[in-house]
Amino acid sequence: MSLDPTITQPAPVLHPEVIGDRFEGAKDAEGRPLVHAEGTSKPIRARTPHEPQPRGARDRGNRPVDQIEAAERFIAATEHEKAHDERLWDMRLRRDKAAHALPEWEDMRALASQIKEHALANLDTYLGQFEAAAKANGVVVHWAADAAEHNRIVHQLLKDRGAKSLIKSKSMLTDECGFRAYMAGVGIEVIETDLGERIQQLDHEEPAHVIGPAIHKTREDVAEVFARTLGSDPTDTDIPHLASVQREATRPLILKADAGMTGCNFAVAETGTVVVCTNEGNADLSANTPPLHIASIGIEKIIPRFEHLAVFLRLLARNAIGTPMTQYTSHFRAPRAGAELHYVIVDNGRSERLGLKEFWTSLKCIRCGACMNTCPVYRRSGGLSYGATYSGPIGIILDPTLNRRKYSSLPFSSTLNGSCTNVCPVKINIHEQIFAWRKVMSEEHRLPFVKSEMMKVLGYVLARPALYRAALGAADEALRLLPHFVLANSLNTWTNKGRDMPEAPTQTFHGWWREHRGQTRKSP
Amino acid sequence: MSGREDILARVHRNRPAGDYALPLIPHFDIPGTEQGRLETFSRALEAMGGRFRRSSEMSSPLAWIRENIPNARIICSAVPEVPSDREWSAVRKPQDLADVDVAVVRAVLGVAESGSVLFTEAELKVNTLAYLAQHLVVLLDEGAIVPGLQDAYTHPVFRSARYAVFHTGPSATADIEGVLIHGAQGVRSLTVIADG
Repeated sequence: MSLDPTITQPAPVLHPEVIGDRFEGAKDAEGRPLVHAEGTSKPIRARTPHEPQPRGARDRGNRPVDQIEAAERFIAATEHEKAHDERLWDMRLRRDKAAHALPEWEDMRALASQIKEHALANLDTYLGQFEAAAKANGVVVHWAADAAEHNRIVHQLLKDRGAKSLIKSKSMLTDECGFRAYMAGVGIEVIETDLGERIQQLDHEEPAHVIGPAIHKTREDVAEVFARTLGSDPTDTDIPHLASVQREATRPLILKADAGMTGCNFAVAETGTVVVCTNEGNADLSANTPPLHIASIGIEKIIPRFEHLAVFLRLLARNAIGTPMTQYTSHFRAPRAGAELHYVIVDNGRSERLGLKEFWTSLKCIRCGACMNTCPVYRRSGGLSYGATYSGPIGIILDPTLNRRKYSSLPFSSTLNGSCTNVCPVKINIHEQIFAWRKVMSEEHRLPFVKSEMMKVLGYVLARPALYRAALGAADEALRLLPHFVLANSLNTWTNKGRDMPEAPTQTFHGWWREHRGQTRKSP
Repeated sequence: MSGREDILARVHRNRPAGDYALPLIPHFDIPGTEQGRLETFSRALEAMGGRFRRSSEMSSPLAWIRENIPNARIICSAVPEVPSDREWSAVRKPQDLADVDVAVVRAVLGVAESGSVLFTEAELKVNTLAYLAQHLVVLLDEGAIVPGLQDAYTHPVFRSARYAVFHTGPSATADIEGVLIHGAQGVRSLTVIADG
């Protein structure tokens, strides 16, 4: 069987046992399977009998998240873990194919990085320009210092208009702000219109992945959620049917909603335009159907001009899912005739992060999710194991700026293999920042905890060398970065802080592993 | 609004030191578009789940719709080439288009690189037309296909339109087990008919 008509050689498979025997999704006119949106290039199917979905990290209040405990439960759910690993790896391979098809790819990454660094270094100027342009276009602009202020502003806008229901497209920022929980508390119905985000909302879970919120769930999990919340048949696990159940249930809510909300992928300073990318067209429905559109915008989303937007858009979907564009790229510049458009510009810790010498470039992130797809820890532990809005490699460097104590353990959930850095479309040195966060945690006297976390991470990832090798084996880029991996896993880092980086070793990972495994196991 | 001043002051105070110059953006050529853009466009569109037809293949766009979307009861057309079952004067609010089976719209331009078509509120008349309808049929002037996204963004509509949107194939999701579904929330199909 030719799995993907455009791939001449079959895509490498990590777990043959979760490869299905047929494509169930959309096909082209000649009957060949289509591979776009978040679709897979090979059919991936967790086997029955139904395995209950492993849940995310347990809520420990403000105490450090125990990511490893949740990861162990995810790994124990072998069907979920394998399907998840396979699917994310498939996205990574699709990304590689799209990237390699553009000769200018590396130039584009460098440009994107430079544009973002310039915009961040001059952010106050560009924010002012963006605001002035938006106001001139008839947009009402609000500023929110933190999550609570964001939620209050939106609530006030809705209250003043007597709005009782709000349809929205997916926004990591509103997840970060705890927006749905807040609105539930004040009696306003929030309806997520992205299929994956809606599944997560109905199941009272956070998104597990920035572009695939329900990527950790099997069809049986979704059928169970819809049966419980939408009254569908729990035994009907046909995926087109499940998608249709959601479409039919959500559409009346879209038509009667009092207000609409979107996030913002890019904010163009010169014109005051908000740009939103979706595959479902749900941002366009949310913004264009009700009489009020509110866009929540993180301050770091600013780019100077449209010519820069072209650079980012040519990178974003290719790097996220391997397609030249998302299905919809929407530009909101001014309110529709007879309607209102409001921007809520949100800081929530970003301006403080801007002042952190080692960490400010994390603000360049355009939320493509590629670092998650390539990360061996993420792929095998699931996004919800991180117990935070942002998971995976980018998450573990963003989260500590939101709550230093709660997320102090997350920088240890990495092998520091550097693959995240290599796939980042805006060249964030993710693995170096992960390492730098570990140093911060040790300098802040979180050392006893940190060391025990370190040991758990090592034990958990490295005790499964066959799987780890399988994952890395297909990633040439990651293999090239093995010196970083070795450096990162040197326990001496903490006992001898002034130590310089060792020379890059010539031995292979496996050679290193054979030498060090005993030491790893007997360490405290 | 003190929040605004506080945020801008913090941003100013914490801005990274150093010279981060804005780079010049070179123009990147899209391979294959020197000879003809239509072929690149149609291939990209079909890979994104869209259909591509030429007006020369059909007696009229309406005849094509009747033949290929046989159950369509309400056709709502925003173009003079196709008669509209829905009187535009009767459309008072965005929700009034919820029962439309087929929407017909002309694109501002097409992008060969990605198979995208561009609309603004001027082409859509009511923006929800392109999302609440079950199917979308797009008329595209062959001469309005630009090579790449960089070229598209030089179009003046991005400075004048309230709303501008690229559609690249139909509404799609693969949020459940990576199985690709068309018609996640918006249109179930998108067909571009090239003319001119």
